[in-house]
Amino acid sequence: MDKPLLDVRNISKAFGGVIANKNVSLKVEKGQIAGLIGPNGSGKTTMFNSIVGYHPIDAGEIWFNGREISRLRVGAIARMGLLRTFQQTRIYGKMTCMENMLISLPDRSSGFASLLRSRHSAGVRRAKELLDFVGLYSKRYLYAGDLSFGQQKLLEFAMALINEPEMLLLDEPTAGINPTLINGLIDRLKRANKELGITLLVIEHNMRVIMNLADHIYCLAHGEMLAEGSPEDIRNDPRVIDAYLGAH
Amino acid sequence: MNRTTYHYLAIAVLALLGVAAPYLFPAYLSQFSKLWLFIVLALTWDLTGGQMGYNSFGNVVFFGVGMYAAAAVQVALYYPLAAYTAAKGGGTEFIFNTSQFLTGLAAGLPAAGVLAALTAVALGLIILGMRGHYFAIATLGLAIAAGELASGWDLIGAGSGMVTPTPPDSLDTTTLFYYLSFALAALTFVFLAWLYSTRYGLAINAIRDDEDKAEAMGHHTIRNKVIAWTIAAFFLGMAGGIFGNLSKFIDPIDVAFNGAEIGVWMILMAILGGKGTLWGPVIGASVFYVMKELFWTYLLGWQRVALGLLIILIVVFFPQGIVGWLKERWPSRFGPTAAEMEAADAKGEA
Repeated sequence: MDKPLLDVRNISKAFGGVIANKNVSLKVEKGQIAGLIGPNGSGKTTMFNSIVGYHPIDAGEIWFNGREISRLRVGAIARMGLLRTFQQTRIYGKMTCMENMLISLPDRSSGFASLLRSRHSAGVRRAKELLDFVGLYSKRYLYAGDLSFGQQKLLEFAMALINEPEMLLLDEPTAGINPTLINGLIDRLKRANKELGITLLVIEHNMRVIMNLADHIYCLAHGEMLAEGSPEDIRNDPRVIDAYLGAH
Repeated sequence: MNRTTYHYLAIAVLALLGVAAPYLFPAYLSQFSKLWLFIVLALTWDLTGGQMGYNSFGNVVFFGVGMYAAAAVQVALYYPLAAYTAAKGGGTEFIFNTSQFLTGLAAGLPAAGVLAALTAVALGLIILGMRGHYFAIATLGLAIAAGELASGWDLIGAGSGMVTPTPPDSLDTTTLFYYLSFALAALTFVFLAWLYSTRYGLAINAIRDDEDKAEAMGHHTIRNKVIAWTIAAFFLGMAGGIFGNLSKFIDPIDVAFNGAEIGVWMILMAILGGKGTLWGPVIGASVFYVMKELFWTYLLGWQRVALGLLIILIVVFFPQGIVGWLKERWPSRFGPTAAEMEAADAKGEA
């Protein structure tokens, strides 16, 4: 069997006295949709931040696509094709949706010279297609900061897609999105995975969403990996029910 | 007439005015030279402050570095610099003929730009890793430090400053420096207009709006920031070179590294006109400069009080600046409409 695309090996991260991640491991195969669940404060976002190089880890190793990325910085990791979206949605507010899309085109191998081309020179068609894909085509010339929170989330997702990442880490993609839109989003995430071949790792609190979406789920609690398995296994795991699902 | 026509019409009128000013207002030529240079100061400040969201209080350093660099090259091509500065400009043996003076300028001004740009690379690599407010605070000390360093360096005249080479009487330097200032302002404007139309323009706007996001999307944020500051410094350095020659005397603290006046004015001009817009700094610099000259002429003794009041009024009532206000009031007339943006995208797509 091939090596996993993302291989997180026994990483730990503490902030002062607070141990946010303790010896946690996780593997995501190429083409998979993996889920990461756990109560608030269990260390999910810390793990995301560690993977994408937002802060250094205290122990362990992170491998992506056969390369160790434990010591790389955010930008370098992103250019390797490992992108993340933010829990608190982040878009470029004073730029139009189209401009947000165009500046998110992948720029991995080309140097500074490619930035000196006209801003309309590449990706216009693709940007429009993807804005249509997430249902924001009619808003394409509005300022991103004027969109609703849910629409900004969709825009952020489209920006990630136009970057053509190998793998996308999504931090609560459905939080703040209205229930009717959530079904559409699940469908789009699945299509991004199937049609564009993007491997996904998704943090999610909405159990209906994650059970529907993921092939394999990891559950964190108190900074430690509590359980992993198929959605069915996780749903029936007494430890998970006790620590997390039981609260419902 | 649509907005693009207005845009080109404004440029044509300005260009015509720029070329014809020596014939129209011969008595005010040196004031007009300074106005063009002030436009350069505002435009270059806005590149980082407005378009990239990095408010620098230290850009005057590049202005001062350029001023000294140009003067030093102009002198050193023909005389030993140390002997020249030791004579405090009073020596009669340092004569520049027309060809020497012009050659000195032709070498000195580009050198001023390059040295200022190199200074920006060195400083940028150190402090552009800092974000937002931290960067602004770090730049606060730059002008003071540079002024003190220049005051202690004998080769460039230390605290007694440096006299720029005296041109021969036969040369009409007022007109010469006028056209140099005008050309530099035009060059800066055209260059920045092009730069903002590229993907790089979007990249620095992205840094302004959310730098963490830009980094997470794989942008080379530090490289892009250093390049922006370096471009600003290049044009500022040349502006400094011309300004030094216009002033004829370079004092390290009152002229070259005058953070409290020129360093602050360039920020105010950009804010008054409208941060992050192409025309804002041009309009802001013009309005500000005229007001300043009027205060110095008619309110002498109270001119700084009046200017201080103007500054407060700008910040309180015009936080988005003249162009920003116009765009907000009449978005379709002063900002691009959806149809225009669509057309621009379609043109790129073809």
